[in-house]
Amino acid sequence: MTEAEILNKVTEILVDQFDLEDGEVKPETNLTEDIDADSLDLFEVLNRVEDDFDIKLAVAEEIQTVQDLVNKVAAQVNA
Amino acid sequence: MERFTIVQSARVVPERVVTNDELATFMDTSDEWIQPRTGIRQRHIVSTEDTSDLAVGVATKLLNQAGLTADQLDFILVGTMSPDTLSPSVAQIVQGKIGATNAFAWDLSAACSGFVYTLSMASALLTTRYQRGLVIGAEVLSKLVDWDDRSTAVLFGDGAAGVLLERTEAETGLLAESLKTFGERSEFLTAGQQRNANYFAGELKAADPYFKMNGREVYNFATREVPAVLNEALAKASLTPDEIDYYLLHQANGRIVSSIAKRFGQPIEKFPTNMAFYGNTSAASIGILLDELREAGTIKPGQTIAIAGFGGGLTVGALIIKV
Repeated sequence: MTEAEILNKVTEILVDQFDLEDGEVKPETNLTEDIDADSLDLFEVLNRVEDDFDIKLAVAEEIQTVQDLVNKVAAQVNA
Repeated sequence: MERFTIVQSARVVPERVVTNDELATFMDTSDEWIQPRTGIRQRHIVSTEDTSDLAVGVATKLLNQAGLTADQLDFILVGTMSPDTLSPSVAQIVQGKIGATNAFAWDLSAACSGFVYTLSMASALLTTRYQRGLVIGAEVLSKLVDWDDRSTAVLFGDGAAGVLLERTEAETGLLAESLKTFGERSEFLTAGQQRNANYFAGELKAADPYFKMNGREVYNFATREVPAVLNEALAKASLTPDEIDYYLLHQANGRIVSSIAKRFGQPIEKFPTNMAFYGNTSAASIGILLDELREAGTIKPGQTIAIAGFGGGLTVGALIIKV
């Protein structure tokens, strides 16, 4: 899966989860600071990402930005 | 269908209310932090009562409301993770205090699935051998809370609730159930480790009385496994989600309830909540909610409801009940 495809899918999930406009989600968007996601929002997003990509994301993942999330997904999917 | 009637329901919560603002006076937290993440605004905490006192209160109300005497009960079952003592159990203390001379009594330990598992057992007892019994969920979780750990201290409350059930010929009772246990994940939510200071071997195990929780794993578990057992129970009952009038979920956390409602594709109005007032009362939570809804006339005869518990164990269970 290309990084662009991963970014697309992740964007879709974030837009739906947080009721955002498509353009609001960029690779450098910070999940807690820019989108105001709290810990439970992050759990929900990580769950959906795990389900949609059929991967497992370890609990201790350091995910601050959308790009961080894309990188973690890419590492698992393209392993 | 396993036929029984919910003759009466009742709840007892301690008088003392502790708001989020009061917690903020001695803990690094705030209502602005707690409320959006959990839906909880306040909880009831015991002053001098213990779990059996709350349970006795529920049992007494149930008998008075039904116009029955205690000797007319066949059994008293209590779901709890916070008994006064390991022995006697809460149910046995209740039996003694109310004088239920014809009833046998035991506690069932399944944490926040305690009410669901106990109700399932009662249904089996009523449809095979007995006529009438009490199912109570009773907790004093404040005994198990580390009041220095804000990650868990803000979540839990004390309370008790229950139902008086009778065998019946009517078309009411248990349509289907799905109960599941995931013991391999038990480390993600624990409380009340017992000390072992063996005279011969020395200190084998220190007591670790307090709640410990891996938030992510518990959230994951609840949001995935509750829809799974609801679906399984519905399939067994040959019903669709639309045919359920109300979904009464364990009142752990408002965000978990909305996530489950969303995953289940059902309107949030079908998922009443009251954790704002009580916090997470483990095995008591579904009973408290059920009683409030019956009292308000929201839940009434003729309806089909789904109840689902989830939590320590890790345990999960759903019952489909024709009221």
